[in-house]
Amino acid sequence: MAKSSLVTKPRDILGNSALRPDGAHKVQGSFEFTSDLHAENMLWGATLRSPHPYAKIVSIDTSAALALSGVQCVITADDVPGKPTYGLISSDQPVFAQDFVRYMGEPVAAVAADHPETCRRALALITVVYEVLTPLTDPEDAIAGSFAPIHPDGNVIRHQRIIRGEQSISGPIVVEGEYVIGMQDQAFLGLEAALAIPDPDGLGLHLHVATQWLHEDLTQISACLNLPADKIRLTLGGVGGAFGAREDISLQVHCCLLALKAGRPIKMQYSREESFFGHVHRHPATIFMRHHADSNGKIVKIDARFVFDGGAYTSTSPAVLINGITHTQGPYKCDNATVDGYAVRTNNPPCGAMRGFGVVQACFAHESQMDKIAAAVGKSPVEIRLINAMVTGDPLITGQIMESVAPVARCITETDAIPLPELMGQTVNELSLPGGSGLTASRSNIVRGIGWGVSMKNLMYSEGFDDYATARCTLKDGIASLKFATSEVGQGFVTLAPQIARSVLGVDEVILEPIDTQIGSAGSTSASRQTWMSGGAVDGACRLVRERLFHHVGLMHSIDPIRLVIDGTDVIDQLGTFRVSVADASEGIEISETFEHHHRATEELDENGQGNCHTAFAFVAHRAVVDVDPELGLVKVVQIATAQDVGRVLNPLSAIGQVEGGIAQGLGLAVMEEIVMKDGKVRNPSFTDYLLPTALDAPDVVAVMIEEHEPQAPLGAKGIGEPPCISVTPAIVAAIRNAIGKNIERIPVRPQDICL
Amino acid sequence: MSVIVAKELTTALTALREHGDARLIQGGTDLMVEINFNHVKPTTMISLRDIKSLRMIRTDTPGIMSIGSGVPYSVIEGEPVLTAIPALAQAARTVGSPQIRAAGSLGGNLGTCSPAGDTLPVMFALDASIHLSAIDSSRVVSIHDFMTGVKRSVRQHDEIITAIDFPIINGWQGYSKVGVRNAMVISVASACLVADHENADVRIALGSVGPTIIRCRAAESWLKTTLDLSTRSTISLDVANEFGRRAAEESSPIDDHRSTAQYRRHAISVLASRLLRKAYQ
Repeated sequence: MAKSSLVTKPRDILGNSALRPDGAHKVQGSFEFTSDLHAENMLWGATLRSPHPYAKIVSIDTSAALALSGVQCVITADDVPGKPTYGLISSDQPVFAQDFVRYMGEPVAAVAADHPETCRRALALITVVYEVLTPLTDPEDAIAGSFAPIHPDGNVIRHQRIIRGEQSISGPIVVEGEYVIGMQDQAFLGLEAALAIPDPDGLGLHLHVATQWLHEDLTQISACLNLPADKIRLTLGGVGGAFGAREDISLQVHCCLLALKAGRPIKMQYSREESFFGHVHRHPATIFMRHHADSNGKIVKIDARFVFDGGAYTSTSPAVLINGITHTQGPYKCDNATVDGYAVRTNNPPCGAMRGFGVVQACFAHESQMDKIAAAVGKSPVEIRLINAMVTGDPLITGQIMESVAPVARCITETDAIPLPELMGQTVNELSLPGGSGLTASRSNIVRGIGWGVSMKNLMYSEGFDDYATARCTLKDGIASLKFATSEVGQGFVTLAPQIARSVLGVDEVILEPIDTQIGSAGSTSASRQTWMSGGAVDGACRLVRERLFHHVGLMHSIDPIRLVIDGTDVIDQLGTFRVSVADASEGIEISETFEHHHRATEELDENGQGNCHTAFAFVAHRAVVDVDPELGLVKVVQIATAQDVGRVLNPLSAIGQVEGGIAQGLGLAVMEEIVMKDGKVRNPSFTDYLLPTALDAPDVVAVMIEEHEPQAPLGAKGIGEPPCISVTPAIVAAIRNAIGKNIERIPVRPQDICL
Repeated sequence: MSVIVAKELTTALTALREHGDARLIQGGTDLMVEINFNHVKPTTMISLRDIKSLRMIRTDTPGIMSIGSGVPYSVIEGEPVLTAIPALAQAARTVGSPQIRAAGSLGGNLGTCSPAGDTLPVMFALDASIHLSAIDSSRVVSIHDFMTGVKRSVRQHDEIITAIDFPIINGWQGYSKVGVRNAMVISVASACLVADHENADVRIALGSVGPTIIRCRAAESWLKTTLDLSTRSTISLDVANEFGRRAAEESSPIDDHRSTAQYRRHAISVLASRLLRKAYQ
């Protein structure tokens, strides 16, 4: 009793708002990001990049750079000892460009030197002679075959169709549109960084890196270095956000090559400008959709054509394409569909994973279409979505049966029940109007609009990939240690994992061991999958440990272990009075178990796009209230109401953080975030001109968490990372349309799209 | 690189005369970006940050508020500037983030002399005067003569901008800036309008729509010939819109990655019209 009276706050078990272990450090600036790492005798590495979107490399002369005092080594494609290329799905991206550069910013060479400034000077001394070629920048040219292949693998990365149901069916209502989605950047705050430390014997190395998936990095690095995987150790450095941009290799191989060649530790870190060229972006896309509906607005058939611009290299384009086209219908019933999808290669920047992964693009199109159907049949946005809402058991256009909990209608009605914000009074804070601190508008210049967006998002990996996560739990003297390779990129797994251990094992103290490759893979921190996958692995390992603890206690006290359960921080006999604290019960013993959590198998799609390709799904509804200045085309998002299907809330604070953050990111895509391209060149690689929402742009968020435990999920909880950013974008655009009475089919919506 | 941290203006002026390569730094919000991008590589820097005389706001001359070139925007946003020169306070509020506003200053805005400089249209609309000092001379230059082109001014290498004199007007003044987000954004188009009731005069200056800040003298004189501004009646929407149209005609914006010339011209017409109507509400 005396001991428990010392506990002054609720234990940080599942369901409580446990605080991030790294939270205070991050707020105070004392958290060690990868860019803060340092090693004795360290050199700096830097990358020379192509200024051209497409050019033949005639020659590279590094002699002047090598001659510069302070330069240790210069490497090019000729210095890659192993595989010359890498890639997540197709190994088609060169470590360094050899014959051709295929996008602006492609790495051509790297240097190691005693100071970043020496690196910069050395890069300027490398002479590359280019024969500049006309870049392929229009994805339609790639599809039409009107442009000579810019890569040996051709200009079409993947083509997939979906043919479902009756192909010739139509209805009295037919609406269509061509939707254009601009290129969004993940814009994480912690720039790419790594520190590679060669082993004393020169035969291996240790790489500290900010990444989303240590083991996948290891596989690709090992092939390029021609070193066995057991000679390379990866440790996760402090990561400042990822959003998909750290799935692909960026500086990993360069840093390792320099370290092995120099025989000294190498630190590399990108500037913000270099970061825009150093990682993949969200695919720009053009999506044509035609919906056929009956006179009530019920969807009869959907025709669609998707074109995703994959840029110069494959990255995850094939998977993004499949995600896009398989989400054509959104969270609505649809029995008939004809969908054609392309992911193509161009000389634009490579595109790959970003929060929402292909579904963001599809959702903007299908939600815009839903509003057109509603208008055509004279129904409200809410009515049209309720009429069509999918339920568990419905077949998808891939033929897969929706087996996940699917509270689509509930997401919509609970969002609808959230009170609207108050109308603007006569006196308003001018800063809160569209135009904000620019003081461009008075209240009388403003009109208000309301718009809706609802989405479905697949969780985890698809198309037959054996997706799993590994964790080990060790219990000793009442303290649990957890070991996993799960990348903590800011999502909060380092908060959640101890919550799981406390709940399952009844411990208070949980130690997190270093996150590295000294244990099996955890898979990627992406696809809203780590709570489900690594959470499942930690839960599984803790349960195995608990079973052995009960066995041990049973033996010691002659109780059948099946009668034992955890009650708070004690082990108790459910059928008797026996009670012992977990700390006492585990004194002097060590129990360690490793668990691999696999999700159920999925299938590849056949040539007609049929197959059980996805693992599970989550749903969300967004209602946006937006103030618009129609004359100037400026926008202020006033309120986002949302009800999200989360399965179960494991940490309320973390959950609302994901919801608010995702909404800000979706708002960015709706009204400001775009990498502006011209002739294959990036025009705005800086935070001066690539605009992210500020506090004055962020709306009030009113969120409802819909908790219907997901039976498939180890903890009953669905992934919650991606859904918040998906349907909020079309909701905001719908609200703008509603305010000004004008159709807009392109995002981000620019001021001139509204007022000119 | 050597950095000279001056405590007195004379120290800075002497050093500036001695070092032909020296760059002046006040808040560093422009210069440090240039340095970080390797666009400039100063070999000598003279810091003005510790010179107290550059951080003073003086009102000893009647009808004039003289603001030291080093007074940060975070101070200009508030009193006494807010009441005396509200358009300047409004312009200061639109600059960057709180951190940038705590460092940046009017001296820096003038030193960089970008057409997107947020406070420059206010200086143009108010006919501000710029005080320049060298070690052995000083002069006062009208803002209209000071700025000569994109990032070009009449400031000589050995001169330091010490203060900006703003006439205090009896009337209304306002500043508006269009950007693609609601704060912390480079101006796509901006305008400052001053309605000098005492002199029955309206003046408007535009930012980010030409190589320099543009005073719309033709639109101003059209307005004065069209209306008797001394009666201070409200201004009809038609007149305001025509004024806006004429102001936009005097702008010469370009297409770039931030916006289009067409939108910028349109935005100017809207801003000018709205500011004029507000001035006579």
